[in-house]
Amino acid sequence: MGGTLNENILELEGISLNFPGVRALSSIDLDIRSGEAHILLGENGAGKSSLVKILCGIHRPDSGRMRYKGAAYAPQSPLDAIRAGIRVVYQEFNLLSYLSVAENIFFERLPSRAGVVDFGRMNQGAKLVLESVGLDVSPRTPVELLGVAQMQLLEIAKALSGDSSVLILDEPTATLTPKEIGKLFAIIRKLKAKGVTIIYISHRLKEIFDIGDRVTVLRNGTKVATREIGEVTIPDIVKMMVGREMSSEYPFRDDVKRGPVILDVRGLKRVGNPHAVSFRLREGEILGISGLVGSGRTEMVRALFGADPKVDGEIYLRGRKTRISSPHDAVESGICLLTEDRKSQGLILDMACSVNITLPALRKVSRAGLLDFKAEREAAESLVKELGIRTPSVAQWTRHLSGGNQQKVVLAKWLFREAQVLVLDEPTRGIDVGAKYEIYYLLWKLAEAGKGIIIVSSDLPELLGVCHRILVISDGKLTADIDRASFDQERVLSHAYQEYLGEGRKQ
Amino acid sequence: MNTRKIAYFLLREAGIGVALVALCTVFAFAAPRFASPINFTNIMTQISINTAIAVGMTFVILLGGIDLSVGSVLALASIAAGLVITSKALDTRAAIVLAIAASVGVGMVCGLFNGAVTERWKIHSFIVTLGMMNIARGAALQVSNSRTIFNFPEAFNAFGTLTIIGVPIIFVIALCLILVGNFFLRRTVFGRMIYAIGNNEESVRLSGHNTSIYKLAAYVICGGTVGIAAIMYMLRLNISSPILGVGFELNAIAAVVIGGTSMSGGKGSLTGTFLGACIMGVLNNGLLLIGLGDFARQIVTGAVIILAVILDVYRNRLSRRLSSTMGA
Repeated sequence: MGGTLNENILELEGISLNFPGVRALSSIDLDIRSGEAHILLGENGAGKSSLVKILCGIHRPDSGRMRYKGAAYAPQSPLDAIRAGIRVVYQEFNLLSYLSVAENIFFERLPSRAGVVDFGRMNQGAKLVLESVGLDVSPRTPVELLGVAQMQLLEIAKALSGDSSVLILDEPTATLTPKEIGKLFAIIRKLKAKGVTIIYISHRLKEIFDIGDRVTVLRNGTKVATREIGEVTIPDIVKMMVGREMSSEYPFRDDVKRGPVILDVRGLKRVGNPHAVSFRLREGEILGISGLVGSGRTEMVRALFGADPKVDGEIYLRGRKTRISSPHDAVESGICLLTEDRKSQGLILDMACSVNITLPALRKVSRAGLLDFKAEREAAESLVKELGIRTPSVAQWTRHLSGGNQQKVVLAKWLFREAQVLVLDEPTRGIDVGAKYEIYYLLWKLAEAGKGIIIVSSDLPELLGVCHRILVISDGKLTADIDRASFDQERVLSHAYQEYLGEGRKQ
Repeated sequence: MNTRKIAYFLLREAGIGVALVALCTVFAFAAPRFASPINFTNIMTQISINTAIAVGMTFVILLGGIDLSVGSVLALASIAAGLVITSKALDTRAAIVLAIAASVGVGMVCGLFNGAVTERWKIHSFIVTLGMMNIARGAALQVSNSRTIFNFPEAFNAFGTLTIIGVPIIFVIALCLILVGNFFLRRTVFGRMIYAIGNNEESVRLSGHNTSIYKLAAYVICGGTVGIAAIMYMLRLNISSPILGVGFELNAIAAVVIGGTSMSGGKGSLTGTFLGACIMGVLNNGLLLIGLGDFARQIVTGAVIILAVILDVYRNRLSRRLSSTMGA
């Protein structure tokens, strides 16, 4: 590919961005060629999303310059970016579920006549846009009736409805099945042929070779390199992303022996999923749960914890049948859940670290309903010290801590509660490598003390590196239970995809 | 560091105190009769009932809820108490004790209803308490046959005129409510849970707590303080009437908001609420003394409420920034 003839549509020079306590991006230089599909790669927290947010006017860089189509570009708001022709399709959908497909597409500029919406013209226009992305639904369909893949395509259609020159796709395939991914790639190729520039963010390394022209790898807020896609292999990319050999990143301790069964889940069935899930967890065991995003991993552990209603199933704790119908029941019996979304479900952001840490077990720092502030502060301080939480004092609001330290506060909560079975949903997402290692280390210490640990993670190398055993969930069904001796990335992945491939392909 | 701490303190609570002192100073100069012992006694009497209701309202608003039924419930509670206290079948002491119990009981039952419906069906408390506002008012009119009840026992009426070193007894009751409430909010596990739930209910639920119980309790407490406020009203006026308390919900909410409690819950205090009630009272009294009419006073009071909320926006923004750079 001799891309040198292509001119650059976007040029970034020395872009830096700081958040309180975190340097999100430091001095990024990046050229995007007109009409190319540029892949943006990096671990969680590497700075991809921050970069996108700068491009589309949500964040303003602390330093650096951008040029777009040869002129200085400094969007002050998302609207500026849209007007300039830069559109983003986010991971999370920004759709209005009660409005129709057509209304969603034209939401920002409804065709109107004398102030009244021209529904005829709108639906006509929407039809054309829908055809261009191969989405076969009526423009009048309310969005709430669409499936996830259809919503994803609708988001893309929405982004294309204007005259976009640059389309940024943030993990568009995370929720799609292989068939839908194929369809999406066909659309992307068609767009490229029309001259639209694509910036594509993904965690799925294989797919980038199908559609990418060049790839840029970010790590810890800095750019590692930009390469032609034909010049690199997956191992090269992984090495660039991680910055060192993979194996050294995860601690595994052979010396921690597994004890008797602590948790026995029998036939757990949740609302909206026909498959019953059964598994056992031993004392001192770290059990991984793998599966694609949307496969029902989070939903399963939430049902186990009583956060969402379950239809059927029995839970035995140390051999004793335990009724769990609410988080209250779960915590009372020693099952604790570190939720996927720490900010909205794990922490109280505008309250002190100490308040957060003691929240699940206020009984331990109170007498007859009266808080013992001294005991509370001391308990919090000792956990802050034990976990190495970096905060000026335990009175600091958790809002102001970095992601890794916030996650450690949530862990401290459950340590303070003396969890017997600790379930962690995406415990290291968005956390820097150092804090990750500290969290693994801590989990091993808990395992050593005879606790049962369950880790749900999208990061397969992490599970392979840390766990004794991995359960694989595919489309709500438990498809594999693999012991460490037979760990293999391919094997886990094939089980993760198993239920999405239709008939056959079973081992 | 130190100046930041001071700024933070000024912002959170002292700011309202400073505003109150400034307001008093202005009125002291503008209206000669303002700064007299008699007038202060007046103000104290005037703000007592609103303060008592605002205590309960603070609990509910800290949870992100609201209680619009307090004025009507006050009327219903006063009717219940009035019927008991004038009952011929009871001797005076028993009648008074039972009347107080009836008033507080009616308030708490109404609060329980508000809380239970809000929690069970996850309906916004605005709607539920709007319904209760009508129910309680209607019930008060029905039960009393829309008549005013009077001829309370002498002992009761006499107690209402009592002063302790010049401070009217109903103001003492209001102060006690503030102090007790403040103790519960600041020092107990219950209070901690109120603030935590107000900030992020889902996090608290997932920490293994049954949040519904605390929310129910807050509505019951609110009803209870309204029951006490009804007795205070009876001490002051020596009557019970089904048309008492119209618009009281708005005054109570205004006191809470001026006092710096956030309508979205989780932030605020009863000291703030008390100062908020004082500001409302001083404003009303002072504006009257400088000769402003009823209508003009309403306009000013309304403007002050809006101003307080705008200030709250800035205060939250600033306190968030300040708290990031200090440990306390």
